[in-house]
Amino acid sequence: MLSQILYALPFLAAGFAVTLWVSLLVVVLSLIAGVLLGVGLVYGPMPLRWAVRIFSDTIRGIPILVLMFFVYYGLPAIGLHLPSFWAAVSALTLFKTAQVIEYLRGAVGSIPKGQFEAAMAIGLTFRQRLTYVIFPQAFRRFLPPWINGVTDAVKGSALVSLLGITDLMQAINQVIGRTYEAMPLYILGALIYFAVNYALSLASRRLERRFSFIRE
Amino acid sequence: MSEAPNAGPVLLDVRDVSKAFGTVEVLRSVSLQVKRGEVVTVIGPSGSGKTTLLRCVNFLESYDSGSIRIDGNEVGYREAGTRQRRRERDLAAMRAETGMVFQSFNLFPHLTAAGNIMLGLTKVRGKKEAEARSIAEHWLGRVGLAHKADSLPAELSGGQQQRVGIARAVAMEPKILLLDEITSALDPELVGEVLAVVRSLAEDGMTMLMVTHEMAFARDASSRIVFMADGGVSAVGPPKEILAAETTNERLRTFLARFRASHF
Repeated sequence: MLSQILYALPFLAAGFAVTLWVSLLVVVLSLIAGVLLGVGLVYGPMPLRWAVRIFSDTIRGIPILVLMFFVYYGLPAIGLHLPSFWAAVSALTLFKTAQVIEYLRGAVGSIPKGQFEAAMAIGLTFRQRLTYVIFPQAFRRFLPPWINGVTDAVKGSALVSLLGITDLMQAINQVIGRTYEAMPLYILGALIYFAVNYALSLASRRLERRFSFIRE
Repeated sequence: MSEAPNAGPVLLDVRDVSKAFGTVEVLRSVSLQVKRGEVVTVIGPSGSGKTTLLRCVNFLESYDSGSIRIDGNEVGYREAGTRQRRRERDLAAMRAETGMVFQSFNLFPHLTAAGNIMLGLTKVRGKKEAEARSIAEHWLGRVGLAHKADSLPAELSGGQQQRVGIARAVAMEPKILLLDEITSALDPELVGEVLAVVRSLAEDGMTMLMVTHEMAFARDASSRIVFMADGGVSAVGPPKEILAAETTNERLRTFLARFRASHF
């Protein structure tokens, strides 16, 4: 059994790299898009707020799997053909973006209005108010749900295997397809996913402690 | 000090400013002038529009009609009678010319006392870190908190926080200082230390427009007192005149009587 695992390791490593790559893309892209749209939701003009609200509610109301199949199998109908890898990454990013929007709204919304006004009163521009006053305070509240979201993204990336992409999950299935030894490989896979996510939550806890200056 | 010996030309000129929140008129054609070096106090029952007026002066609040000028410059809107808001960058620059101190202090909790003061100096005034630091230390000294430069707001008492709030506002060298009920959130024994700071700034000739419920302070420190009721200016005059028990202004008399009843 151990020999089978050792034999499969290089193959699993390649899949694991794909899992990490997908996760990284999704996390980074959704962070950028989610923060921008989240700022739009909190501070933007009414039409923008509504647009972001509808986007976020719609996307969060759809199962990721449906979203992924929709992007891959549905969008070609309107002439948008995405390769399976990018279809999967886009769908996961859309989903994660909607979540980041909500984390941002919650975190920024928890900062008293007086902070924004005080920053206004000393003459900071909108961008400076966010950069130097709001975000540093909101960061601590944004972090825990966001890290949770990151671990979800790592776990959720396993769905890309359903579009035939050879990530860690798909690699495990393929090895099992050859060896018919499901249990040890699934346990191994679970351990790998767990190791990544546990490391993330440890890092998160350390970061949170560093930013715990705010009075409650 | 009630004569404001060094009062100069009109610095703040509020003309016919009106504002409504929905159907509620909070400001009804308010006009008010503050001369350079003057300390003008706005009093009045809650809901009379005092705070809203103050917030319009640095455009934390927009207004529906009328004009507010500081040193001849229209505050929130572009010239030529249009209701076109100034661009974000211009608004920020205008706001830097007015200092504001808040009832709830609103210090930035993630920055030290000195850091709170330095933020505007470095980001808005473009000063170097070292220069901003020495200015911050100077003003902290002025408000009696030189030893608290590196304390976070959470480590300071309410009175100390508010003194940092004042230092943060005046360090920007504003043309006018707006004080919005700055002692209302303080324990009674901490009010004195904050008012002492305000008094010393007034003695230095800082132009101030303040909303307060501290009548004794208003009487001693103001050049003029403005009494607001129902969103309008009901009476303006020197403290002696406004706070006189025999005033003929019905509203003012009621306000003062109620005030005396609850405070003495």
